[in-house]
Amino acid sequence: MSTTVALDRVGVRLGERSVLREVSFALQPAQFCALIGPNGSGKTTLLRAILGFIPLSSGRIDAPTAGIGYVPQKISIDPGLPLRARDIVALGLDGARFGMRLPSKTRAAQVEEMLRAVGAAEFADQRSGALSGGQQQRVLLAHALVRRPKLLLLDEPLANLDVGSTADIVALLRRLARDYGTAVLLSAHDMNPLLPAVDRIVYLANGCAVSGKAEDVVRTEVLSRLYGYHVDVLRVHGRVVVVAGERDETRIALERDPIHTVTVP
Amino acid sequence: MFAPFMLHAWIVATLVAISAGSVGFFVVARRASFAAHALPLGAFPGAAAASLLGVNELWGLAGFAVLGVLAIDQLQRAGRREVASALWLTGALALGMLLLSLSGRYAESVYGLLFGNLLGIDAAELALVGGCSVVMLVLLAVIARPLLLDSLSRELAAAAGARPSALELLFLGVLGIAAAIAVPVVGALLVFSLMVGPGSAARAFTNHPWSALALTVGISLLTIWSAIALAYVSNWPVGFFVGVAGILCYVVGRWRGGAAALAHSL
Repeated sequence: MSTTVALDRVGVRLGERSVLREVSFALQPAQFCALIGPNGSGKTTLLRAILGFIPLSSGRIDAPTAGIGYVPQKISIDPGLPLRARDIVALGLDGARFGMRLPSKTRAAQVEEMLRAVGAAEFADQRSGALSGGQQQRVLLAHALVRRPKLLLLDEPLANLDVGSTADIVALLRRLARDYGTAVLLSAHDMNPLLPAVDRIVYLANGCAVSGKAEDVVRTEVLSRLYGYHVDVLRVHGRVVVVAGERDETRIALERDPIHTVTVP
Repeated sequence: MFAPFMLHAWIVATLVAISAGSVGFFVVARRASFAAHALPLGAFPGAAAASLLGVNELWGLAGFAVLGVLAIDQLQRAGRREVASALWLTGALALGMLLLSLSGRYAESVYGLLFGNLLGIDAAELALVGGCSVVMLVLLAVIARPLLLDSLSRELAAAAGARPSALELLFLGVLGIAAAIAVPVVGALLVFSLMVGPGSAARAFTNHPWSALALTVGISLLTIWSAIALAYVSNWPVGFFVGVAGILCYVVGRWRGGAAALAHSL
């Protein structure tokens, strides 16, 4: 099976700050992967680096040159903008191209099919800025997927969604990844709604990443090594919580022997 | 009202309404109202510069509009958009005062530039305005779709492969041309109302982006035509009626938008 995106020891500096130091992982087609990490760990930076928006200071990224779908963080659609949900999806088809275009049946059919696939057909003609957060996420998802990209990146798509919408969007992404063979990487600071659905997780902390199956990554010893000091992975009432322990001699030992990337097969 | 000496006025006003209306749709969509105010007003000193050099004032206006576009674009790369527009506006007006005092222009012609003057447009000026309108409309048609995507979200436009900084520069260029041809007609102080009023009214009546654009141009034409007719009948300045119509457009749009939102929430 061919690899959709591969990161090899990626480092990114923003100004003076080294945000990512050594991040390596790869995604296969149709894989549904969560990018997890505490606030400020560089999740958005990593996604923007894959998109080619920011230069790398070290390492390399092999990503599909054309055809990365992207849903950025916290888009607030101006409620005054005369733009239907349908128009946003159509802009996903050819919004970056110059020139005028006559309406075409094939394009309208592509847009309609995509709207149905994300469950947005019933509000397709409403003003997008007036839709709820969950509905807007579906429309933006359709915008990103309508060209059938090989890779789909979503930045905190579950933030500000209620519990029901969160579950719906996760299930939808799970299904679309399989149906379209798209590798999906979505960032979140809370892994709990995602753990039952994802194939893999990439855990980002301390400028480095661990990737693998959730049960292999979300473990006390693996995450402690990644953070560089002792953390506890606790399972409480069916939820996983990562709690920082004392910054004890584990950290000092790790500083003498800095192994940044732990790859779990 | 339709006497031969008014014919040029009607044609120029129509061209100005079409160009200001179509760019106005994007001014409102991109929340660039302040730039739409700063560019025409900042272009006005160009007319003084032109009379110092002894050339047609349209060239001076266009030259200063271009300078304004480049200045605002450069300044907003470094900082905030409103600050960029404000800096350009202040600088241009200061320079304008100096140029006006050097050129010794009559207060009357300055008054015409600030508040608009439709009479005395000759055939050469008409051709110049026509040429500028065509160039502006073609440019706008070419960038319309990426510009709409960029108005929705800069990040989405960049991810789709558009270059938002280039789009912003082209948009300011289109805005600059529209400003340069509108200033002598409606006046530097009131061009703003023609660019913002119809655009903000049209968005309350339709959810379809290109229908909203067409409706903006329609309202803009209606505004300027009725302003000329009323000015002709009452002998009051055209700019007064354009300004009042701009505010009316905005109020109607708000009222209609408010009513729609209320109906939606019930």
